[in-house]
Amino acid sequence: MTEGRRQKAEGRKGDSPIHRFTHSPFFIALWFAMLFLPFKGIEGAFVLFVVLLTTVFILRFLAGYIRPLKKRLQDAGTLIIQNAKCKMQNIGAKSLIFLLILLLCLPFFAKDYFIDIAILSGIYIILAQGLNIVVGLAGLLNLGFVAFYAIGAYSYALLNTKLGLGFWTALPASVLFSTVLGFVLAFPALRLRGDYLAIVTLGFGEIVRLVLNNWDSLTKGPNGIGGIQRPYLSDIPLGKLSYYYYFILLFVILTIFVVRRVYSSRIGRAWVAIREDEIASSSIGIDTTAYKLYSFAFGAFWAGVAGTLFAAKMQFVSPESFTFMESVLILCMVILGGLGSIPGVIFGSVILVMLPEMLREIQLYRMLALGSGLVLLMIFRPQGLLGRR
Amino acid sequence: MYLLEVRDITKHFGGIRALEEVRFRVKEGSIMSIIGPNGAGKTTLFNCLTGITKTTKGNIFFLDTEITALKPHNIVRLGIARTFQNIRLFKEMSVIENVMVSQHCRTGSGLVASVLRNNVFKQEEKTIREKALEYLELSGIEDFAEVTAANLSYGSQKRLEIARVIATEPRLILLDEPTAGMNPQETLEMMGLIKNLQGLGKTIILIEHDMKVVMGISENIVVLDHGVKIAEGTPEDIRKNPLVIEAYLGKEH
Repeated sequence: MTEGRRQKAEGRKGDSPIHRFTHSPFFIALWFAMLFLPFKGIEGAFVLFVVLLTTVFILRFLAGYIRPLKKRLQDAGTLIIQNAKCKMQNIGAKSLIFLLILLLCLPFFAKDYFIDIAILSGIYIILAQGLNIVVGLAGLLNLGFVAFYAIGAYSYALLNTKLGLGFWTALPASVLFSTVLGFVLAFPALRLRGDYLAIVTLGFGEIVRLVLNNWDSLTKGPNGIGGIQRPYLSDIPLGKLSYYYYFILLFVILTIFVVRRVYSSRIGRAWVAIREDEIASSSIGIDTTAYKLYSFAFGAFWAGVAGTLFAAKMQFVSPESFTFMESVLILCMVILGGLGSIPGVIFGSVILVMLPEMLREIQLYRMLALGSGLVLLMIFRPQGLLGRR
Repeated sequence: MYLLEVRDITKHFGGIRALEEVRFRVKEGSIMSIIGPNGAGKTTLFNCLTGITKTTKGNIFFLDTEITALKPHNIVRLGIARTFQNIRLFKEMSVIENVMVSQHCRTGSGLVASVLRNNVFKQEEKTIREKALEYLELSGIEDFAEVTAANLSYGSQKRLEIARVIATEPRLILLDEPTAGMNPQETLEMMGLIKNLQGLGKTIILIEHDMKVVMGISENIVVLDHGVKIAEGTPEDIRKNPLVIEAYLGKEH
């Protein structure tokens, strides 16, 4: 669009009464005040309203100065990330080794509470890497990813408590099970794309959760399954938190290793091609249906691994851990870190596990802070923290 | 020998007759053009040939194999590749990656090989890269190998599409308006490139509006109007054909 036409279009939009109302300081202040009403009561909301109203008026006055500032902030953000990337490339190997040593030493100086969070981060890293294959690489929006996580966790829980299988025999079985389920879901879903696919996967996620919640004879319903064994490594029980931490670390490294190699291979390229343009990729000889299927299954594979590790860590599973919000959280990790970027997704998962814990001080507002953080990120860095471009 | 034989293909979209019993044959090693006014069904014909849309009736044979009901990726594997009228690149991939991924159907390493990175995988990856560079050189954009495809100029994007097509190692290349939106100089270069492809033994069908290109390089021309083939012949024949003149300029009153 040329400059003149754009101005004209904006001018027209600005003229409509609805647009003028929704952009009036009054409306904005009212909206935020309503948002805070449940927290602070009518008085607090009123104070906020007045404060916001004046602030918005002042901001309006300063708008002319703010726009260049926003642009500059955006540029600065890009610059910082780029610099960091360059530096990372320069000292890549060194910093990686340093990081590894740091992670290996962690149990010697960190509190149990912190180790616990680290273990959780590890599980989420594996999960998010799995989702990243589906959403970031193949470009298929999957809102029911938690279903495969749940299947993995429940498979181990049941195989262990009902059949008495150990971790190492149960792991391949439960991973296989969730992978097969990935295939099964993908079959009907692959005829769809975009929003429709998202809705189907969302439905699938809910179905799995409801089945787990209601199949009392097998899953004990909402009570969940307890008494799940921790894994054994030959004769060493990995019950101790720090042992389990190393165990998870091993799995995380394995995941990253495998996923990284698949990314830069013929298969990874085919996935990206499908994301970029499905018709073009089929007309250069990629079997798009098959590859979408693979991406679902491969994603589900890692969810199965994460689920098994989760069940073994918690020694207890219940449908409560596998709600839709969990799917959203994993998706947030992927988007926050940067779609399709491995380090980005690791970063995103760690942040989204750590942040709520760190913000525990301000209990009431932490989700609000997290939410507005995400909104700001999407405005200033839509491609995610370490995303492409 | 005929490389492609189209037998009476018909395509209806609801009540719209996009193609009506179109038939023609293409000789191996030749350049053929399909022309016709807007909405004549040219791109639909390409879509049918490449399996993107299914024909309502009729058969298509490629080297005596029926390809009418095949999926697009299988047709590519047999040796038919195409470009698109509105360029369809993998925009966020680099130029060389675009060409590398286009060798997909000629390579075969799977998941296990990608993870283990055995010698077979490494060798294949090396060959893919070398070949990709070769194809880029052929299309004259080797300097942009590491550039993100979206950042290429319009002309280079068109060239990248052609490099991508060559990478699938086709025998028949379908070009949908290769010179659309180009200046006379770029058009000349594109004509040279198409001639080069013919020199490599490729057979080419192009949809084109630029009559200089059509008359300049094609050996055979098929004219479509409202989904019906109204004429076929050498450039000379077509130039003189009253039906063609009518379709383009309207009837004399």
